[in-house]
Amino acid sequence: MTGEDAPDGPDMTGPSPDDHRIGHQIDDRAIAAHVPRLRRYATALVGNRPDADDLVQDCVEKALANRHALRDPSRLGGWLMSILHNLHISGLRGRRRRGAEIPVEELADDLALSAPPADRGAVRDFVRAFGQLTDEHRTVLLLTGMEGLSYRETAEVLELPIGTVMSRLARARERLRVLLDGGAEQAVRRIK
Amino acid sequence: MTTGANGPQTPVTEADLHAWLDGELPEERRASVERHLADHPEEARRIERYRAQRALLSHSFGPLIDQPVPDRLTPPFEARASLPVGTGRLRFWAMALAASLLVFLAGGAGGWLLRDRAGLRGDPPTAAFIADAVAAHRVFTVEVRHPIEIGVDQEAHLVAWLSKRIGKPMRCPKVTRGGYALMGGRLLADADGPVALYMYEDAAGRRITLYIRPSPNTAGTAFRFAQDGSLRALYWRDNGLALAVTGDLDRATLSGIAEEVYGALNS
Repeated sequence: MTGEDAPDGPDMTGPSPDDHRIGHQIDDRAIAAHVPRLRRYATALVGNRPDADDLVQDCVEKALANRHALRDPSRLGGWLMSILHNLHISGLRGRRRRGAEIPVEELADDLALSAPPADRGAVRDFVRAFGQLTDEHRTVLLLTGMEGLSYRETAEVLELPIGTVMSRLARARERLRVLLDGGAEQAVRRIK
Repeated sequence: MTTGANGPQTPVTEADLHAWLDGELPEERRASVERHLADHPEEARRIERYRAQRALLSHSFGPLIDQPVPDRLTPPFEARASLPVGTGRLRFWAMALAASLLVFLAGGAGGWLLRDRAGLRGDPPTAAFIADAVAAHRVFTVEVRHPIEIGVDQEAHLVAWLSKRIGKPMRCPKVTRGGYALMGGRLLADADGPVALYMYEDAAGRRITLYIRPSPNTAGTAFRFAQDGSLRALYWRDNGLALAVTGDLDRATLSGIAEEVYGALNS
C-alpha cells in the first residue's frame, strides 16, 4: 500500500469541548484528547516510551470496550487514569518485572538533552533517582506532583483511602530526597 | 517538639506538613504549621527539598506531553484495533506504513498532510522522524536564552563536534534565501540516537531549523511536504541522512531553502 492509493486518513480535526458534553457517548476524539497526558504519565511511570505506548494503547482499547461503564463523561480523565493504573499493576503482577528498578538511562539522557544546558545534570539525576523508586511511590508522586490531582482524586484513581495516599506520598518524598541529596532517611512515622 | 512558641496547640503531624506543601491544609491549620516550620528549621529545610523535588518532577517529565503522538494512538481507534499489532515490531511497521498517510501531532490543531512532490522511489522517513523534527523546532525556536548550544562564531567546533557525535561528516549548510543566516546548532537525542539541529534566523527574528539524523537507508527520496497551520516542513533522505527543514513560512520560500540545503550538502 502506498500513499497514492491510500484511503482518506482519519478525521484530522482536533477534539472539541463538545465531545465531553454529558449525554454524548465518549468517542475516539474525546479519548484522543487525553492521550498526550496518559503518555506522559505512562512514560514517567515505566521509564521508556515503547512500553509506555503499549500501556496507553491497551488503556485506550480497554476504555473503548468499556465505554458504557462511564456514566459521567466529565470524569473521563480520571477514569482513563484508573484504567491505565490497573493495567499497569496487573502487568507488573503478570510479568514479574526485572528487578525493582526500571531502566531509565535512555529516557534520562533524552529528557536531559531537551532541557536547557544548565539544567541537564539535575534533570538526568532526577530521572535516574525517580527510576529507583517503587511503582507505588512513582505513581503517587506523579499523580499529585505532575498531574496536579488532589489527594481525594488520587485516592479515587488508585482506589485507596486518602490516609494511605498521604502516608505513601510522605514516604515517597523522603525516599526520593535521600536518593537525590544523600544522608539518612528520616523515618516517616505514623502520619496522623 | 510539636509545641509552638505561642503555647500548646494541636500537634503538627507529618501529614499536615505535606498537606501544607500541597495546598490541601485547611485554612485554620495553616498558621500553626507555619509556626511549627519557623521553630524547626531542619523540618522546614526538608519540606523545601520536597518542594524543589516536586518542581523538578514537572520540569523533567513535563515536556513529554508535547511529544508527537504515534499513529497507533490517534483515532480512529477501532479501525486500528483490527490491525495485526500484537508486538512492538509489528506495531513499528504498522506505524511506519501509516506514516505515508498521516502523522498526527500532539497539541497541534490539525494533522499533517503528507504527499510526494516527485515520483522518486524509496521509503520516506517515518512519522516519528518528521514529528520529532517539528517538535524540536517548536521547542527550540521559541527559546530566548538558549536557542542553540554552540554559536556560528564557533562554527568549526560545532561542525567537528556534531560530526563526531552523529558519526558522519556534518557540514553546516549556509542558507541565503529569504535573508536567513546561521545562528548555530545543538545536539539532540531521539529514539534512534543523536540528532543535529541547526538554526537560522532572519533580520526580523524569524527562525527556521534544519534537523538531521543518520539514516541506515542510503537510498535518497524526494522532498516531502508536511504542514500544520502556518508551520511547514520539507523532509527527505539523502546520502545516509534524514533531513527536515521546518519553519513558519510559505511553501515556495521553504522549497527554495530546502533545495539550497540539498545543494550545499551535495556540492
